[in-house]
Amino acid sequence: MLLPYRAPAPSAPSGLATPVLLGGGTLAAFAILFGASLALAQVTARPAGESAVTVLLRWAPLIFQGFLFNILISFLSMALGTVVGVLAGVAQVSLVAPLRKSAWAVTQFFRNAPWLVLLFYAMFLLPFEFRIFGLTIAFPAWVKAIIGLALPVAANVSEIVRGGIRSIPSGQWESAEALAFTRRQTMWMIILPQAFKRMIPPWMNLYAILTMATTLISVVGIQDGLTITRAALVAESRPELMIPMYLLLLLMFFAYCYPIARATLALERRFNVKA
Amino acid sequence: MIAAFFERLNETQGLNFSVFYDAFDASRFLTGLWTTSYICVVSILASLALGLAGVWVAGGGSRLGRLVVRGYVQFFRNTPPLVQLSFFYFAVGGLLPRVSDGFGGLSPPVSGTGWAIIAFSLFAGAFNVEIFRAGIEAVPATTVEAAESLGYTRLQLYIHVVLPLAFRICLPALNNNLVNLVKTTTLAYAIGVPELLYAASQIWSESFNVREMMNVLLVTYVLLVGVLVLVMGRWEKAMRIPGYTT
Repeated sequence: MLLPYRAPAPSAPSGLATPVLLGGGTLAAFAILFGASLALAQVTARPAGESAVTVLLRWAPLIFQGFLFNILISFLSMALGTVVGVLAGVAQVSLVAPLRKSAWAVTQFFRNAPWLVLLFYAMFLLPFEFRIFGLTIAFPAWVKAIIGLALPVAANVSEIVRGGIRSIPSGQWESAEALAFTRRQTMWMIILPQAFKRMIPPWMNLYAILTMATTLISVVGIQDGLTITRAALVAESRPELMIPMYLLLLLMFFAYCYPIARATLALERRFNVKA
Repeated sequence: MIAAFFERLNETQGLNFSVFYDAFDASRFLTGLWTTSYICVVSILASLALGLAGVWVAGGGSRLGRLVVRGYVQFFRNTPPLVQLSFFYFAVGGLLPRVSDGFGGLSPPVSGTGWAIIAFSLFAGAFNVEIFRAGIEAVPATTVEAAESLGYTRLQLYIHVVLPLAFRICLPALNNNLVNLVKTTTLAYAIGVPELLYAASQIWSESFNVREMMNVLLVTYVLLVGVLVLVMGRWEKAMRIPGYTT
């Protein structure tokens, strides 16, 4: 049979059914893998030791707490990165050439640098406390980590904002000008409200990427989900538990990031304007 | 001359760019650069092969194959690459039996670099499947039908008609993913692979020049990515189909 890969026929928006089924399927495959590895661990364990399930259940709440810390970090870096990124993105379409060019250069620089290197950058080069007018502001490691992760986020948000603004047809600018709107008014009242909608899907996508990148903070010694998983494995020193433990952590991230990815796709489809 | 300049910079300004005048640090840095490039090139090639294989299976008649590819893509796209790498290196690699290394000792069958390449290839390959799929979907159905009616087999159709067109369509997205892959290689630091970041951290922990090395490192990566973007951009232009894309 001739079966080239074909786009499926354009279907009516299927609502929630398909994504839920698909996610459920992947999750089920995941669960089977997890169960199999756990069973294997159970079988290969030393006879005197505790059962693999008991050990896993003991550590699961702590790993989950670590995972929640990852989520917290992701919220905070996303907030900081978005604020800085929106400013940089608007600066990228500014009419003032030096501002536009420097915003472009900064965006490109931070967008093309690896996240881990930027994280190191923030961790090592920021002081651990600030002194302003005799007031000492402590700067603990996790705050520095948030700043380190916010740097690439800001650069990516900057590109999203620039792309969103650029995607608005130039006729909008021209008609606003014809109606005697100032540039600032055009930007805030006409362009940004329209562009905002188109920026949401890539912004959400970036958030999912950031959430997955938060595990990088374990490399610089912050107690996140990955660090705790490793510590648990060291504490138990049972090599057969390694696969189930890591799968558990992967499962947590998957359960959190997959719905975001589906929602991004759905929104993209809804906002997609076919020319 | 460059060495002399940086040596004087160190003496007068206290800016210690040891990689530019100290032969030992320079060789360590270059080794790191070599390892990073090696991981990049091998992972890029392997991820492209995986992407092609994935899209081939996903487009095939087997329902099971389709499901497996879908699960693979969703799994690798929605979990942190660092945890994937840890999973492969510590969990899977830790459970593999040791093999004799020929010098009377026992060593793991796959080195850290090997696991890094495997993990990054699988990670980028998942994205490549999606990218190729989008590219293949964008090939006009009429073109495919015309080729079908000329009696092409599925393999011939792919090699002579679909892939050459799809490849040009998905080059920009591919470009993005490969840049991302180059940036992801820094994660190999976490499992002690002597790549660029690792080499730099060794240098700054001995010479106490974190600030200078950090900047050298950032600039090196931006240059590395810049070279890739430039080459891919040139290629994109050279492969452009006239009148097909904007």
